[in-house]
Amino acid sequence: MDHQAGTSRRHLLKACLAAPWRAGALETRSKVVIARDPLIQASANSLDSARLLKTLDRALQSFYGCDSAIEGWKRVVRPGEVVGLKVNCLAGRGNSTRVQLVEAICERLQQAGIPQNNIVIWDRLNRDLESAGFRPGWRGTRCLGNDTSGYEDELSIYGNAGSLLSKTLTRVCDAVINLPVLKDHGIVGVTMALKNMFGAIHNPNKYHVNIGDPYVADVYMLPPIRQKVRLHICDATAAQYEGGPSYMPQWTWPFNGLLVAGDPVALDYTGWQIIEQKRFEKGMKTLKELRREPAYIATAANSQHRLGTNDPRRIERVEI
Amino acid sequence: MTLDRRSFLKATALPCAGGLVPLLNASAGEDDARFTVEAKFYEKLPYKKIRCKLCPRECVIDDRERGYCGARENRAGTYYSLVHSRIVTAHIDPVEKKPFFHYYPGSMALSVATAGCNVNCKMCQNWEISQVRPEQVRASYLPPKHLAEMARQYGCPSLAYTYSEPVIFYEYVVDAADAGHAAGIRSAVVTGGYIQQEPLQRLCRHVDAIKVDLKAFSEKYYREIVNGELKPVLDALVTMRKQGMWSEIVYLAIPTLNDSDQEFRTLARWVKAELGLDVPLHFSRFHPDYLLKNLPPTPINTLERAKAIADSEGLHYVYVGNVPGHPAENTYCPKCHRVVVERVGFTVKNIRLRKGKCPDCQQEIAGVWSA
Repeated sequence: MDHQAGTSRRHLLKACLAAPWRAGALETRSKVVIARDPLIQASANSLDSARLLKTLDRALQSFYGCDSAIEGWKRVVRPGEVVGLKVNCLAGRGNSTRVQLVEAICERLQQAGIPQNNIVIWDRLNRDLESAGFRPGWRGTRCLGNDTSGYEDELSIYGNAGSLLSKTLTRVCDAVINLPVLKDHGIVGVTMALKNMFGAIHNPNKYHVNIGDPYVADVYMLPPIRQKVRLHICDATAAQYEGGPSYMPQWTWPFNGLLVAGDPVALDYTGWQIIEQKRFEKGMKTLKELRREPAYIATAANSQHRLGTNDPRRIERVEI
Repeated sequence: MTLDRRSFLKATALPCAGGLVPLLNASAGEDDARFTVEAKFYEKLPYKKIRCKLCPRECVIDDRERGYCGARENRAGTYYSLVHSRIVTAHIDPVEKKPFFHYYPGSMALSVATAGCNVNCKMCQNWEISQVRPEQVRASYLPPKHLAEMARQYGCPSLAYTYSEPVIFYEYVVDAADAGHAAGIRSAVVTGGYIQQEPLQRLCRHVDAIKVDLKAFSEKYYREIVNGELKPVLDALVTMRKQGMWSEIVYLAIPTLNDSDQEFRTLARWVKAELGLDVPLHFSRFHPDYLLKNLPPTPINTLERAKAIADSEGLHYVYVGNVPGHPAENTYCPKCHRVVVERVGFTVKNIRLRKGKCPDCQQEIAGVWSA
């Protein structure tokens, strides 16, 4: 038996203690808002910032059911907090979290009481951040690669994952807003909310085996990740249905939207279905047929992880 | 103030290494061309992807991504080792520490490592260098000629590539071994043996001895505890034997995971059938570390049981390791059963060999000897 993966006494106790409120949470549906605007792309390579901001506002209002986007943002963050924006920049300018989306979020965060220098734009490497357009001091924020902030000395362990966590996550940020990109992944199937947290650990290269299962789910279980990530906004202005995570323009299409959720599993499941639909339209094989179905999404939803739901009956998909 | 084991090691290991070679800052030289050489074994794929052909994992890697080892990176369709001459630790050790018991016993080896590994053993004792990326740990620039010169200066007849996994710094091993030979210095490799056949066969032309950590004798264990595969390791051992490479095997026995009589016997029978009776087999004691802290150290009687089984299968040189002072640290003549090399821990107290033979019965003792 795999001693790390099996149900240890500690895991059993955790699961029992967590069960009452989690069970309650599962009775309610997980909302995933898909906000789209067909005119969001100003041209092939640029976004209309004003329309993107409006789309973001509509998404937040819909997600929180409130009259203004600022009201929604005030439910995400508290004035004075240091807020990390976990972008995904591996693909460089081509298909990383868009600068215009981060600008829009920064604007609203400031209106919600977060000073500019309390906003930390964060990813694995400085070179990746810079290649996506986030240079040091960008718009008065802090841009911080893990290679600058460093990693904790002590391992964080859950299940099959044992990693050193980025100090940006553990020491710098009070809260994190997760900003993945909607795209295919050549090894683990798809990469969105759950997988984006591989940017918080020192050894992501170790966790792509077995289609990332259960590693993606196990990494997300590490307490600082679970406790600090408050909202997921998936950049789907342009999405990629094949050839990821590198940017492959021939397999990228203008989805012209954002996916907003509090439940990373529901978001990933929804995004995965969008990618499968596009692959179907293009006459391509399903990820399952290619032996890279993202099984980690189901693992993240199972009774040991309970990170959210992958049950479509429990996902409230709101398209606006 | 008390120090736990890890704090003690951190406090002492780096200054020790630094005493031999000055260490750079962790992120210094991340893209430093001095450390970057094109990998020897890979295949170019469409869309700037590559397939690594060094270890059996055969990682398919996108542009700007790294392989499982973390030490090799695809840059626009060309695959690079990032750890050539990028030394994270350097020590002078007795060869018995590797352990080599039949390879110049009592001699010293200048022992080096880079960051990275192609497996992820849950019991790894050196995870702070093996399970990190090169830029996450302090390193020194130590090119092959300097390494060989340093070995000569310190009176070490051998270089040893150890602590992490030499397979992932293959290009450096080959270059350093060649530089060493030019300076009269031998090379010994300490590896998990998870390597493809072609690179292994070429490696055997450059180095003088290989010790393989055979971590268990079941694919299940390799899959769940090592994140690797058993079969390629067994194939590698057979290839080493066929190539005439001096090889020794270490088996780390871990309570409940790989310590059954059946597994010990299957292992011993395989060694006998495929490698012969003369390959030294070390049953070594486990200590809890890294991701396996929930198990106790191996009871000594487990190691003695393993040795008894291997002895009963007829293997000539079976040892108990990580138990200083145990009589099974000694080398016994397989014919007259008298001690021919006496050891305590890593210290060789007496070598009684005469031209590689038992002084009492003239039985030839397998190995590479200076006496």
